[in-house]
Amino acid sequence: MFRTELQIAKTILRSGQRLLPLLALWFGAAGSYAQSSNDASFLSTLGELRDASYADKAAIAERLSQSGHPSVRAVLTAFLEERLYYRNSDQKIFIAKTAEGDPLNLIDPLTLKSAGSASIDSLTQIGTNNALRSALRATVARYSLSSQDASVRSDAVREMEKSLDDPTVALLRQRSEIETNSGVKKEIATALALAGLDSSDAKTRLDAIATLKQSVSQDVRNRLELLTGKSPDGSFSESDENVRRAAAGAVAKIDRWRNFYSGIETLFFGLSLGSVLVLIAIGLAITFGVMGVINMAHGEMMMLGAYATYTVQLAMPAHIGISILVAIPAAFVVAGLVGVLMERTIIQHLYGRPLETLLATFGVSLILQQAVRSIYSANNRSVVTPDWMSGSLRLNDALEITYNRLYIVIFTLIVFFLILLVFKRTRIGLDIRAVSQNRAMAKAMGIHTKWVDAMTFGLGSGIAGVAGVALSQLTNVGPNLGQSYIIDSFMVVVFGGVGNLWGSLIGGMTMGTVNELLEPFAGAVLAKIFVLVALILFIQVRPRGLFPPKGRAAEDK
Amino acid sequence: MKEDSAGRQTENGESPDPGQWKRTTLVARGREGGLDRGASWFLAALAVVAVVVPILNQLVPASSPFHLSVYAITLIGKYLCYGMLALAVDLIWGYCGILSLGHAAFFSLGGYAMGMYLMRQIGPRGVYGDPILPDFMVFLNYKSLPWFWHGFNHFAFAVLMMIFVPGLLALVFGWFAFRSRVTGVYLSIITQALTYALMLAFFRNDMGFGGNNGFTDFKDILGFDLHSDSTHAVLLVITAAALAGSYLACRAIVESRAGRVVLAIRDAESRTRFLGYPVETYKLWLFVFSAVLAGIAGALYVPQIGIINPSEFSPINSIEAVIWVAVGGRGTLYGAIIGAVLVNYAKTYLTGAFPEVWLYVLGALFVLVTLFLPRGIIGLMPARGKTKGEIESEKEVEAEEDREQSLKE
Amino acid sequence: MKRTAMSITPWLISVGIVFSTLAVAQDTIKVGVLHSLSGTMAISETTLKDTILMMIDQQNKKGGLLGKKLEAVVVDPASDWPLFAEKAAQLLEKDKVAVVFGCWTSVSRKSVLPVFEKDNGLLFYPVQYEGEESSKNVIYTGAAPNQQAIPAVDYLMKEVGVKRWVLEGTDYVYPRTTNKILEAYLLSKGVAPADISINYTPFGYSDWQARVAAIKKFGSAGKKTAVVSTINGDANVPFYKELGNQKISAENIPVVAFSVGEEELSGVDTKPLVGHLAAWNYFESINTPANKAFIDQWHAFIKNPKRTTNDPMEAHYIGFNLWVKAVQKAGTTNVDKVIAALPGLETPNLTGGTAKVLPNHHITKPVYIGEVKADGQFNVVWKSAGEVPGDAWSDYLPGSKDIEADWVTLKCGNYNKVTKKCSGQNYK
Repeated sequence: MFRTELQIAKTILRSGQRLLPLLALWFGAAGSYAQSSNDASFLSTLGELRDASYADKAAIAERLSQSGHPSVRAVLTAFLEERLYYRNSDQKIFIAKTAEGDPLNLIDPLTLKSAGSASIDSLTQIGTNNALRSALRATVARYSLSSQDASVRSDAVREMEKSLDDPTVALLRQRSEIETNSGVKKEIATALALAGLDSSDAKTRLDAIATLKQSVSQDVRNRLELLTGKSPDGSFSESDENVRRAAAGAVAKIDRWRNFYSGIETLFFGLSLGSVLVLIAIGLAITFGVMGVINMAHGEMMMLGAYATYTVQLAMPAHIGISILVAIPAAFVVAGLVGVLMERTIIQHLYGRPLETLLATFGVSLILQQAVRSIYSANNRSVVTPDWMSGSLRLNDALEITYNRLYIVIFTLIVFFLILLVFKRTRIGLDIRAVSQNRAMAKAMGIHTKWVDAMTFGLGSGIAGVAGVALSQLTNVGPNLGQSYIIDSFMVVVFGGVGNLWGSLIGGMTMGTVNELLEPFAGAVLAKIFVLVALILFIQVRPRGLFPPKGRAAEDK
Repeated sequence: MKEDSAGRQTENGESPDPGQWKRTTLVARGREGGLDRGASWFLAALAVVAVVVPILNQLVPASSPFHLSVYAITLIGKYLCYGMLALAVDLIWGYCGILSLGHAAFFSLGGYAMGMYLMRQIGPRGVYGDPILPDFMVFLNYKSLPWFWHGFNHFAFAVLMMIFVPGLLALVFGWFAFRSRVTGVYLSIITQALTYALMLAFFRNDMGFGGNNGFTDFKDILGFDLHSDSTHAVLLVITAAALAGSYLACRAIVESRAGRVVLAIRDAESRTRFLGYPVETYKLWLFVFSAVLAGIAGALYVPQIGIINPSEFSPINSIEAVIWVAVGGRGTLYGAIIGAVLVNYAKTYLTGAFPEVWLYVLGALFVLVTLFLPRGIIGLMPARGKTKGEIESEKEVEAEEDREQSLKE
Repeated sequence: MKRTAMSITPWLISVGIVFSTLAVAQDTIKVGVLHSLSGTMAISETTLKDTILMMIDQQNKKGGLLGKKLEAVVVDPASDWPLFAEKAAQLLEKDKVAVVFGCWTSVSRKSVLPVFEKDNGLLFYPVQYEGEESSKNVIYTGAAPNQQAIPAVDYLMKEVGVKRWVLEGTDYVYPRTTNKILEAYLLSKGVAPADISINYTPFGYSDWQARVAAIKKFGSAGKKTAVVSTINGDANVPFYKELGNQKISAENIPVVAFSVGEEELSGVDTKPLVGHLAAWNYFESINTPANKAFIDQWHAFIKNPKRTTNDPMEAHYIGFNLWVKAVQKAGTTNVDKVIAALPGLETPNLTGGTAKVLPNHHITKPVYIGEVKADGQFNVVWKSAGEVPGDAWSDYLPGSKDIEADWVTLKCGNYNKVTKKCSGQNYK
């Protein structure tokens, strides 16, 4: 009997349905066989990493990523982050959960499940070099495109911009359709536009240029500039004249904006240098202005503050993030106490003799330096920058503001206004001002001048200690920290006017900004020399600084 | 204006120290037309050193325990040069109240002048064998000698420069500073700025002064081999003579009428000005003279030490010079020299005997001297040749001082 | 009474000096250690003093030298160059030491050189330097530019493909000379002058914002750029911090340094530095039995298992062993005989090879390029095929390519091959 097509179809379908589980089993088996052979080949490729040279490692990593194995991303990320090891005993490869620690927690590369732990001596790291890490980053970026974190996606796109081949472009195009974050969308648009510059159609290229015109990135600018250039044989590399013109216009526009942002950046550099100077000088302005004491050990107070930061970090290695916040009061207290001690034992006997205090405090500075050398050793100490202070704030492609300096500027302003508050609104501030203006009268009014002296010196030294905390983030922490900054602090105080807080603020900021503005033109040394000579000349015009102390009592100073 | 109980006033923010004021005038006055006992003893001691030490080096055989090695000769020579620098600082600080924290700049400029002469003397014996250009210039690809090096192959010119350059710098700097009435701490800090700027400038390799390495590897001076012991002995004698000469010159200034005016400027500047004295002119010329003294000291220092380098300009050196004066005794001239010799000897000894802790000792020394010996080592000794009446009046003044001090507490 | 106290002070001083020059005879061989223990250079030099003390201790445990014990004479020249000359004179004339291990900066070496040549002493100098010198009285166990700078540049050019170069140095002789040599070398390899940027900053320079921004700009012209850093000492820390903050990673603009070793890294947060390079003749991370033994010995001696070892320490290790061998060969500590016994002498280094003394008083050293790891150690990414002999007079500088040093046959430190004359340092 002949069946109709429909019946035949139904039969096939029904048998197919019956066959389906069989087929599923068959394909499943085949699939799992493929999977296990996939696993095996994955493992064996992975194993090649053990003895390969750096160049070969890059090729192996590429093969791994082509394999499509589900563990590829984890393995390559671990490789990039130097977390890939092999066990010495059985040569098996493992991923370490974290980069540090002993023993290390291991993860099996196939199943991505925990595989126990092993001591670091029993493992050998599979090393990377710069070139290999670059290649890995590009590969891993492709996976990062689907990350939950928008900034990770953004970085991934920027990474991919460096090598825009067809599969990458396709991937980006795919992503741009489902991307929701506007920043990332913009980034993808730029990347696609860059790819568009290679198109053979002039209209596409023109559109690409129109998009790229909005950018301020150096890479984009370089790429556009290539369009205006000539090939070695003399002809233009870009054939269409309109496109050339558009490209030149875009380059000019980008350059204008970049110069503008560069100016802002220089200004920021000046403010940050200035804020460091201000922090250093405030303490000195107080001790000198109020007490007439030239403190040559001021630099060493800063050094003590920096070492306090180091010690705090030694005491709480697991909480580097808040170590700075803990270090600030610690440094203030330590430096302040040393200052009070200095005042009680030495300086109080030397009142009215500022030049003798200079000498005595110089002696103290030598002792403090050597003490630190004996306790901590002569070597520089390592102070870790907490994560929230590292890196920079990316305002756009042309302007990045480093976090540590930004926080230091803000910090300086906070400290300054706090001091101002103390001086203007608190009782101790009133006492200090009274004693500095007319000691005998203040005493007659019942103020304990000796106690006030000790407190003032302690305050000035404490601020120096806090300045040391800031400095520890910028430069070496060693016994010579104080010596490097003492000259600058004197200059700021003299420039701003002795005893005047606003003078120190404006003086410090001005000196810092002028120094930074001159530097690109004159070089570092000449800029510094110029600032010093300008200071000398300035003092001729205003012998007592920007804000000289006023009144009869000021004649003493 | 701070006033003491006797109604005397000072302007530099320091309480007047009547004892000290009296002491300097006493010391300065001395016997009629001659030197007082302290000065005579000092000069005698200097003469002894200048004679005995070279003898112990040249004439006494090396095996004898009394032989002084060349190392000791150059060391003593160095101390004497530092003594001259301390003298220069004391002249303007102890007698005129100008605290210069940058005097090592003048010392170094004189040193560089001498260094430039010595470099030209090397001639073709340098590493690269160039007859005109010193080694560092050959290395930096200079084609010819820079304009400021011409003439330094003549000793007389070098001597002129070592006087003229520090003097000129002091003249210009002082003219501006004193005219604008910059005083006290401000003046001190800008002298520091000056020496710091010079240090940065001389460190630059482009300046034509040898950069960081400075000048070294000298061969001879005026034809005499700088590596022979006898040359060093002669240099020592010359340095001692220069020190004696400067001391006498300073004394002459201080004892003259001009010296009185200078003392008056130190103690009461405004009053002296109102009395009609050209205060700025006095200060300026004293400053220039002091700078020239420092320059000559530096020039004598270089051939004995064998190297000059921009770190001589560093502010620390100037501060050390002030410390020598403070330790020895401010305002007494020979006190400054003794302070310089003592402190440097202590440094030499301590860096050899206690290399790990010498800074503690030095630092403690400074603190203790300022606290307990405000008049320096010289202050441990009473002034000589006093009449009974003077001793009585001095006791009165000191008693009054003590009463005042207790009021301040 | 008191007046005489003042006048006899100069007497006291003179007598004091006289008596302190009296030599007290003892049956030991004195070894001088001339390293700064205070001041700016103390950070680097204190470790070297301890290294020599350790070597002396070890030698004494083996029975001393020529039947006598070795005694260390340690002085502190306090990073003060004139004081270096003074202390050198003290060691040679007063203490009468048989040999001195010391100096770090070129200035310190140049200031003691006349003293050593006049007093006929022997100095072992352990630090990499700029060359352009060869003295009869000095053995240079540190690297000459051809043992450090040139191989580093070669690595960057060939393995990393660098096309644009920033030569960033501190303003003094070592960077100036090295950069001159490198500039001549790069030009000779066809690099365009516009692709080379040379810049100098003063000692202790700490505000790197503007300079690092300029490097970033130079490096974004589209060609692979690298920085060859001869930045000295203290200025390195703020430099690397700023590099990290301005996000200049080693993958975009690698920095190769010649003065940054394990010791310097121990005082720095190394996270931003990972991947940046250094060129030395020794790394602590090199795995050989000799190196492991040395590191263990060092940890035991200094009583701190976290202290690092570095290249100048190895140089002193080599120098000390060479000296001991030379004394044993000559049978005496007499300086002339020991100097004559040194050229040709060999001793094992810590990385599995040998160091041989050459007639120009330099030694043969292997070259290693390492990348900074997060733990402050170096990952070796390249090593030279064998040991490279040190060349005192660089072939890339017009003033010195004709000069050669040979203390064995020519008996001259700067013999001009063209004019056939020996000039300069030739004290008889």
